[in-house]
Amino acid sequence: MTDIATNVPEAAADGQMASRSLWATALLRLRRNKAAMASLCLLVIFIFAGVFGPMLAPHHYAKVYPDFVKVPASLEAYPREDAIIPEIESVVTRARLDLGSVELDGSTLRVEANSSREIDPRVTRYFDRSDLFSNARVVEQSSNGRSIVLAADVERLHFIFGTDANGRDLLARILISVRISLMIGVLATGVALLIGVLYGATAGFLGGRIDNAMMRVVDILYALPFTFFAILLVVFFGRNIVLMFIAVGAVEWLDMARIVRGQTISLRRREFVQAAEALGVNSGGILRRHIIPNTLGPVIVYMTLLIPKVILLESFLSFLGLGVQEPLTSLGVLISEGARNMRGAAYMLLYPSLALTLLLFALNFLGDGLRDALDPKDR
Amino acid sequence: MTDTSETIFDIRDIRVTFATPDGAVEAVRGVDMNVKAGETVAVVGESGSGKSQIMMAAMGLLASNGRVEGSVTYRGQELIGMPREKLNRIRGAKVTMIFQEPMTSLDPLYTIERQISEPLRVHGGLSASAARARALELLKLVHIPDPERRLKSYPHELSGGQRQRVMIAMALANDPDLLIADEPTTALDVTIQAEILGLLAELQKKLGTSILFITHDLTIVEAFADRVYVMQHGNVVEEGKTEDIFQRPTRDYTKMLLAAEPEGSKPPVPDTAPILLDANDVSVTFSMPSGFLSPRFELKAVQNVTLSLREGQTIGIVGESGSGKSTLGRALLQLLPSEGRVVYQGTPIQGFDRAAMRPYRRNLQMVFQDPFGSLSPRMTVGDIITEGLLVHEPQMTRREREEAATQALREVGLEPAVRNRFPHEFSGGQRQRIAIARAVVLKPTVIVLDEPTSALDRSVQKQIIALLRDIQARYRLSYIFISHDLAVVKALSDYTIVMRTGRVVEEGPTGDVFRAPASEYTRDLMEAAFNLKKVLSRQASARA
Repeated sequence: MTDIATNVPEAAADGQMASRSLWATALLRLRRNKAAMASLCLLVIFIFAGVFGPMLAPHHYAKVYPDFVKVPASLEAYPREDAIIPEIESVVTRARLDLGSVELDGSTLRVEANSSREIDPRVTRYFDRSDLFSNARVVEQSSNGRSIVLAADVERLHFIFGTDANGRDLLARILISVRISLMIGVLATGVALLIGVLYGATAGFLGGRIDNAMMRVVDILYALPFTFFAILLVVFFGRNIVLMFIAVGAVEWLDMARIVRGQTISLRRREFVQAAEALGVNSGGILRRHIIPNTLGPVIVYMTLLIPKVILLESFLSFLGLGVQEPLTSLGVLISEGARNMRGAAYMLLYPSLALTLLLFALNFLGDGLRDALDPKDR
Repeated sequence: MTDTSETIFDIRDIRVTFATPDGAVEAVRGVDMNVKAGETVAVVGESGSGKSQIMMAAMGLLASNGRVEGSVTYRGQELIGMPREKLNRIRGAKVTMIFQEPMTSLDPLYTIERQISEPLRVHGGLSASAARARALELLKLVHIPDPERRLKSYPHELSGGQRQRVMIAMALANDPDLLIADEPTTALDVTIQAEILGLLAELQKKLGTSILFITHDLTIVEAFADRVYVMQHGNVVEEGKTEDIFQRPTRDYTKMLLAAEPEGSKPPVPDTAPILLDANDVSVTFSMPSGFLSPRFELKAVQNVTLSLREGQTIGIVGESGSGKSTLGRALLQLLPSEGRVVYQGTPIQGFDRAAMRPYRRNLQMVFQDPFGSLSPRMTVGDIITEGLLVHEPQMTRREREEAATQALREVGLEPAVRNRFPHEFSGGQRQRIAIARAVVLKPTVIVLDEPTSALDRSVQKQIIALLRDIQARYRLSYIFISHDLAVVKALSDYTIVMRTGRVVEEGPTGDVFRAPASEYTRDLMEAAFNLKKVLSRQASARA
């Protein structure tokens, strides 16, 4: 530790000072790290966006709007005013009327029209026939019937991130893909964590031949090329999210196992483990009470760095077309689509990449901060 | 050494503070010190008194959260706040330091020649051949045997004492005015310590270098220093000539330090006391299996040791590092594979595996050397103490275990309320008390104590010794007390075994062994431990 010890004996003995575990001290150190705290806030926002975002989004992620294919990102509502006016003109011409004034107030349209003859109120049908307008009605007709005021509803939709090549809202799709990416990140990391910690701790603790055999298995698994492994799984079992977890988890636990094994071997020589042995504690008890809690610091750090790695891996697989299945999507799929449409619709690449970058940034900074907080001597 | 000589190193009103999450901690609170040319000054204090931090601050080596105020002058030049480049011309050349740990102070990747000659070529501007010649000269100066060959050696090929000699050679390379030695002999055995101190004294006489010696060990100070500063809680509480301080200490703290030598002795147990642990011909061999092209390598750590421990007895096992004393302790408790025969109360427990050993574990307990390493940092004190109960008394409820922990803590002189705290909140002595509580809570009959007092300050050591005596008397415990510290063994054990390179050199009732040591080796150990001054003067006259 670079920090000098603060535990003056008197302070600990008099029982006045609040007890502070190593975790609490680490948290205190983490709180002083501004980048890590900002990342933590961002991450919480991402988690909320992933969990609740798809419910709150104005559109369903799978809903197709054939009229609004690849509309660029905009704060304005679609259809735009300059798209509505020509449509009104053509409808009015089809109805053989002369257009007077047009007023657009939110999602209701007010049209004044004249004719040299008396106007039949069923003229509203012309409006309803257009895809843009619905519920056209006569508001007022002059006594001679030659001028009429009509109202119609226009469905105006907001696509603040634009829509994709199939006319689906990009915002909703990004939100669902954040959910998928986080889910894969957490679940695959969880799988890797569980297998890796148990396997590594067992191998390191037992040592000798068993350790040797267990670690050679790890070496062999390392030698499998990951992409081929994933392609093989997909070819055999078809595209499936569960398969993704298996593929990613099966590869990522190897690193975890090696880290935990190394930690375990060095912990095994520590006196407190020998002390437990001298007390007659059995291997399970030593692993559970002494080894695993003490490896947790590095493991947590590695975990926060593993989540972005897994997300990136999933994005890579999805980019190759081996990942999640339509209409579900993930950040990798969105980026892949965006890359294909980069020239015409740059926003389709921009927003998903931005979301992924921010997410990865936040996770990496947090992991870094946690490492500093948990092992201050490495700084 | 006279009062008229020039003051070369002057520390005035120095304050060192460390910024910590709990606010600023004042490590040094306004200290004045000075060193005159050719003088040996000792700074004495217990751990945490701030003695090392003063020197670190003066040399610009403080930890990143430390801040220093005050003034440190070397021959009139202010060192605090001096630009790094200018400071580098003074530190490492005119004012040099040697540290406690000779293992880690040398770079394992370079030969001794390279380590010594590099600063000579950089600071002194010497050519490669001139630097080599000077390096050889320096190695001769510090009496390293076979210096030509040693130039080509790597640090791991040298023993601890030799490494400390190399460190001293490096410190002397540029003819320093002042050598700051921060506990340079703490990690070494007593006989090696005597040699290193003798070397420093000789060099001082020959080269006229001043030495500022930081230590917690008063025996060294008495034999070695001209003047002493006694520090406590970041303040100098007393200063003066060595004889004055030792003969007429004025402050309570100094008196306490001087009185902290372990005292008393233990009467032997009657021959009728039942034998609890009987070991016959115990040997431990560590072997590296033969590898590709390399033959099988064997190290006999313990060879044919026989001992029998009676009820209420304390057997002290003494020896230098590498003598196999700790290995023997572990082998007796079947924590290591060993040969020979070990009988506990009539049952041969030799070669028992973990499961077979488990019922005996509660009777055969162990306390380890390092109070910082032997307590799991993620468990509370209560959990640490009661872990053994989980194994041996699985029927106990949580409440009963709490009760037992409370009682064990009271017995070792700690507040029961501390059981919800974590080990890192305690000082070394308190941690060792916790480790003792962990052993005592099982109500064992035999405790193997592996250097339980070596990492502690003398005054704390004294308290731990009193505690161990007290517990022994209360429960009729038998101890096997392993230590390199003869003073502690003398105070605590009634039977002493002296070990060297895995063999028993001498054994007998403690009184006899200490009064009339039979072997040369034991005599050397005793002299280096109890009569350092005589050893140093003998060394000096031998060299003169």
